[in-house]
Amino acid sequence: MERRAFYRNPVLPWLLIGPQLILVLVFFYWPTSQALYWAFTLEQPWGGGNTWVWLDNFIAIFRDREYWATVARSAFYAICTTGLSMAVALFLACFVDRSLKGTKLFQSVYVWPYAIAAPAAGVAFRFIFAPQSGLIGSINTLWPGIWDPSTNGIHALAMVIICHAWLGIGYNFIFFLAALQMIPRSITEAGAMDGARPLRRMFDLQLPLITPTVFFLLIMNLISSFTDSFGLIDTMTEGGPVGSTEVMVYKIYFDGFKGLDYSGAAAQSIVLMFLVIALTFVQFKWVEKRVHYN
Amino acid sequence: MAAISFSGVKKRYQKNDVIHGVDVEIEAGEFVVILGPSGCGKSTLLRMIAGLEEISEGKIAIDGKVVNQLEPRERGCAMVFQNYALYPHMSVRQNIGYALKVAGMPKAEREAKVLKVAKSVSLEPYLDRKPGELSGGQRQRVAMARAMVREPKVFLFDEPFSNLDAKLRVAMRAEVRNLHRSLGVTSVFVTHDQTEAMTLADRLIVMNSGYVEQVGRPSEVYHHPASLFVADFIGSPSMNLVRGFFGEDGYFRHGKGGMLNLPGLAKAHLSREVSIGIRPELVRRVDAGHKDAIAAVVDYTEELGASRLVYARADGSPIIAVDDGNDALATGMPVHFAMSESDIHVFDHTTGRRVDHAGRPVRATDSVSA
Repeated sequence: MERRAFYRNPVLPWLLIGPQLILVLVFFYWPTSQALYWAFTLEQPWGGGNTWVWLDNFIAIFRDREYWATVARSAFYAICTTGLSMAVALFLACFVDRSLKGTKLFQSVYVWPYAIAAPAAGVAFRFIFAPQSGLIGSINTLWPGIWDPSTNGIHALAMVIICHAWLGIGYNFIFFLAALQMIPRSITEAGAMDGARPLRRMFDLQLPLITPTVFFLLIMNLISSFTDSFGLIDTMTEGGPVGSTEVMVYKIYFDGFKGLDYSGAAAQSIVLMFLVIALTFVQFKWVEKRVHYN
Repeated sequence: MAAISFSGVKKRYQKNDVIHGVDVEIEAGEFVVILGPSGCGKSTLLRMIAGLEEISEGKIAIDGKVVNQLEPRERGCAMVFQNYALYPHMSVRQNIGYALKVAGMPKAEREAKVLKVAKSVSLEPYLDRKPGELSGGQRQRVAMARAMVREPKVFLFDEPFSNLDAKLRVAMRAEVRNLHRSLGVTSVFVTHDQTEAMTLADRLIVMNSGYVEQVGRPSEVYHHPASLFVADFIGSPSMNLVRGFFGEDGYFRHGKGGMLNLPGLAKAHLSREVSIGIRPELVRRVDAGHKDAIAAVVDYTEELGASRLVYARADGSPIIAVDDGNDALATGMPVHFAMSESDIHVFDHTTGRRVDHAGRPVRATDSVSA
């Protein structure tokens, strides 16, 4: 027998879910439906009606070699950011998990960056990486011209990737630490008795046992690096120099609001949306079912 | 095979001492059981041998070599953990072979060795299973095989049977005993189960709140407990203990006017605050007319089949006796007991140490024979 609870008052349940429903409708479904509409129509930026053009906008962006360059750059950006951020967070979490000196302090310190808004971090990192005066820029006094993100595209991309990875470390760290602390201490001790050194124990014992967390973070980080990079790139490089830091989300903004190509930007954002939906789908269907130990 | 020696070993957490100086020698090839109630520091001591716990003070030497600063992998010990600590993502084969793999042994050699050890603990049919697919007893075997495969100098067991049911425990006990007999490797086994301790040990180390109470052969510890704690802790039902003092008239006075005629002991322990004890099986039922009969009143009885435990009260002090259970006893019935002076143990009440018949206190590591 299925048991169900009913509300006697038919209005009350709607009142209860109302706030959340309004938020989702106003800030997600309405803009998404607008974007969908724009993606299939062509609108003059000065107004004057939309023409239904079927898939023309999508065909146009898919034929655009520059768009594919942006997609490749985004993928590179996502992989580097995710890899860097997770690797650093995992190592830090392992150190804290081994309860070395100062554990309590680092446990809180590592989490702080997550609380910093991306644009604020972007501004801070712009100073750190500034070629003329920044912390990193000081190597220019030793080897003049070795570091210049304002003209060198590779430097600029590296700078944004490092900054984005840094922002994510705190979040990843919390999840890694929680997962590591779920592993019974005796398993790592058994590993130590079996002769494995800390690094070996991490790869042979701890990492396999926290695979569910690793996969979860992998997906979350990939999604974040596709969507959250806008704030950083806008404050740090504005996509430049010469488009070398222009990722998908920034190109949407640039084409739509600077280039005033609403329809093309809308089509791009639909593509990005499907990419994120696909990653989320992988997370739900594959990861949560397939990765199981014990 | 290796001897283990402890000299002045202490463990301190922040400022609290949890182990207060252990001085014990374990001989090569010996099976030593560390016995004590939970929280007495027995597991900590074992983990200090293993290298999983730092040694705050003193020295532990294995085979004459001080190991204080050595990593666990450098000490040549293998350990069986309480919850087995098997690697859940590895098969039984990988679990057993992991230490060899880490040591860089070639695959063929490793496989052969794993197979041989698995055979010796009858695990061959399960080699490709994961620990999650095994029963408690099988997991226990995997844990033992994993320790054996490395051919260590010392086996360490940390309450390995505490998750098994009673029957399996008895079977595993025999298996560990046989294993020790055939391999002859020095073994240190931690438990709070006295039956396990008595049956397995060549020698026992009885611990209580961070102190070693007694070191000795199981029979020694049972028949000549070196302290009040050991007397009370070892044996089931536990020893009858009663506090009082000896008078010049040769009587021991206790409880509410209780008097025992013990002229021999009285001479040695005159005017000392003591507790005296006697094992329940050495308290005899006698007739009311017996010369030194102690009158008591039955509280209740426990039928054990082969024998019966009689819980009674004499002059306000509780007393337990074992009899054959041939007569009917009910609560409130009068009974009479007698005991031999030579079966009685005397403990100094202030120090809790045993006092021998010449009036000298007995130390934890003294070998006490009759």
